[in-house]
Amino acid sequence: MNQMNPEGYVTADGRKIGPVLMEMKNISLRFGGVKAITDISFDIREGEIRAIIGPNGAGKSSMLNVISGFYVPQDGEVWFRGYKRGPMKPYQVARLGIARTFQNIALFDGMSVLDNIMTGRLTLMKSGLFSQAMWWGKAEKEETEHREKVEKIIDFLEIQPIRKTPVGRLPYGLKKRVELARALAAEPKLLLLDEPMAGMNVEEKEDMCRFILDVNDEFGTTIALIEHDMGVVMDLSDRVVVMDYGKKIGDGTPDEVRSNPDVINAYLGVSHD
Amino acid sequence: MPDQLLYAIEAGLNGLMAGVLYALVALGFVLIFKASGIFNYAQGVLALFAALTLVGFQNGQIPFAHLINAIFGTDLHTFGWQLPAIVAIVLAAGVMVILSIIIERYVLKHLVNQAPIILFMATIGLAYFLEGLGDIMWGADIKKLDVGLPQGINETIDTVTYNAFGYGFFIDNLDIVASVVAALLVISLTIFSQYSKQGRALRAVADDHQAALSVGISLRFIWVLVWSIAGFVALVAGIMWGSKSGVQFSLSLIALKALPVLMLGGFTSIPGAIVGGLIIGMGEKLFEFFVGPMIGGATENWFAYVLALLFLVFRPQGLFGEKIIERV
Repeated sequence: MNQMNPEGYVTADGRKIGPVLMEMKNISLRFGGVKAITDISFDIREGEIRAIIGPNGAGKSSMLNVISGFYVPQDGEVWFRGYKRGPMKPYQVARLGIARTFQNIALFDGMSVLDNIMTGRLTLMKSGLFSQAMWWGKAEKEETEHREKVEKIIDFLEIQPIRKTPVGRLPYGLKKRVELARALAAEPKLLLLDEPMAGMNVEEKEDMCRFILDVNDEFGTTIALIEHDMGVVMDLSDRVVVMDYGKKIGDGTPDEVRSNPDVINAYLGVSHD
Repeated sequence: MPDQLLYAIEAGLNGLMAGVLYALVALGFVLIFKASGIFNYAQGVLALFAALTLVGFQNGQIPFAHLINAIFGTDLHTFGWQLPAIVAIVLAAGVMVILSIIIERYVLKHLVNQAPIILFMATIGLAYFLEGLGDIMWGADIKKLDVGLPQGINETIDTVTYNAFGYGFFIDNLDIVASVVAALLVISLTIFSQYSKQGRALRAVADDHQAALSVGISLRFIWVLVWSIAGFVALVAGIMWGSKSGVQFSLSLIALKALPVLMLGGFTSIPGAIVGGLIIGMGEKLFEFFVGPMIGGATENWFAYVLALLFLVFRPQGLFGEKIIERV
């Protein structure tokens, strides 16, 4: 792969990408005898949109679950913001500033859109159980501040009309957007998107694409995403990791990946509509 | 006013008061069901266990005295002190918190992501285990519980109603205290679950475990928290029932009356538990009063269940339960 400047690089469209935010070193993950991921290393840089692609069953989702702490790899190291991360529970990873969405949407169906997004800020709320009971005013003020931030995200993602709607009633595309809003509400240092466009129609896909770019642009959020739609991935991302059968077969800018013979053989060469 | 109507009003009022006690037990069920989708069969036994522990502490009973005596041939019974009620209550509440940590550590933790029926079975096991534990720890005799709550006929109501209608209503002071305590509990729990950080986390965990983890909520902490609160509610229910009819093992059977209460009020609604309790309490007393004599009485045994059955047929989510939304 191309050697990169440790301080970062400048993308084709002139965005400055910072130093390494997260680094995966020789990650291997097995389920019993099945190897889901074999010895994969790559990094994610600050401000970058990084994609992980590959055919079905290539181990992309497993990789995302390793990053977000849902799976613990048998071998390899995960480095985040310059520190090696020990084995962690998913909620501890979330508290580090890594937010995620799910391929098959995990929202709180019984709650309103607003409440759902507010849960994204739970880790940022300081008042504990007792201070809330004792200093009601202070807790209320904190709640108001968080509310304002959430309203901004709601405006940003254009979901004002459904603020009070219970999430269970929403159509699929909007649910995906609410899930993105909840992840954003945590003000993550790294945002993980598991197939953000899966199952969407063309219009919804375009919207989601725009939001992902805007989020990256507006908040400077680093984004790592998994996606099936090759066209979308090539347009969106700065660098792409290509996986096949749990191994890394390519890593680089969309153009580099497109011209990589291994990738063409494994993925682009055969029809995978 | 005709006598018949006055008697009916008195019966209805007493029913309301009894309903408050049903509601207190139902409240504990709702809390755990909301936070984990578990129907906690052990809630009634929790109330019994809490009341036993409270009496034990208050009278300075030595836990496991019978067991110790049987093994070592000693003759221990009490430490020989009497604790003030408030100290004993705080200690008993502490025991309930420790109990919920143990339950989480040794039962719930191992059953994450299991089907609700499996968790339900686990709570049945828990119920029998706790009943036995309470028995071994504190003895099986019926105990008198007195934490200094006022008891007996409320003279003011008696006098006022006598002057107004020429017939004095009999309302027990203890029932009035129970109503006030229940109201306070419901208000504080509702505020807690709607407006506090932990309350929101609690609702989140109830809805989706995976999503809750992804926003940084520790499932284990929430479970300990909610079982502790349910344990505390059980303690309050135990105190009220215990003061009324003594602490005895039949106390765990009142949990059964909480079932129709929940079907009426909805399994997920705190106010629903209270309203359900009141309707059942008043309904069964009035039904007994009006219909009982015509069909030979003892309607209180089955009225609540028939009412619950009707609700299951016509409004399965209960009066206040969340509407079951199903997108196809």
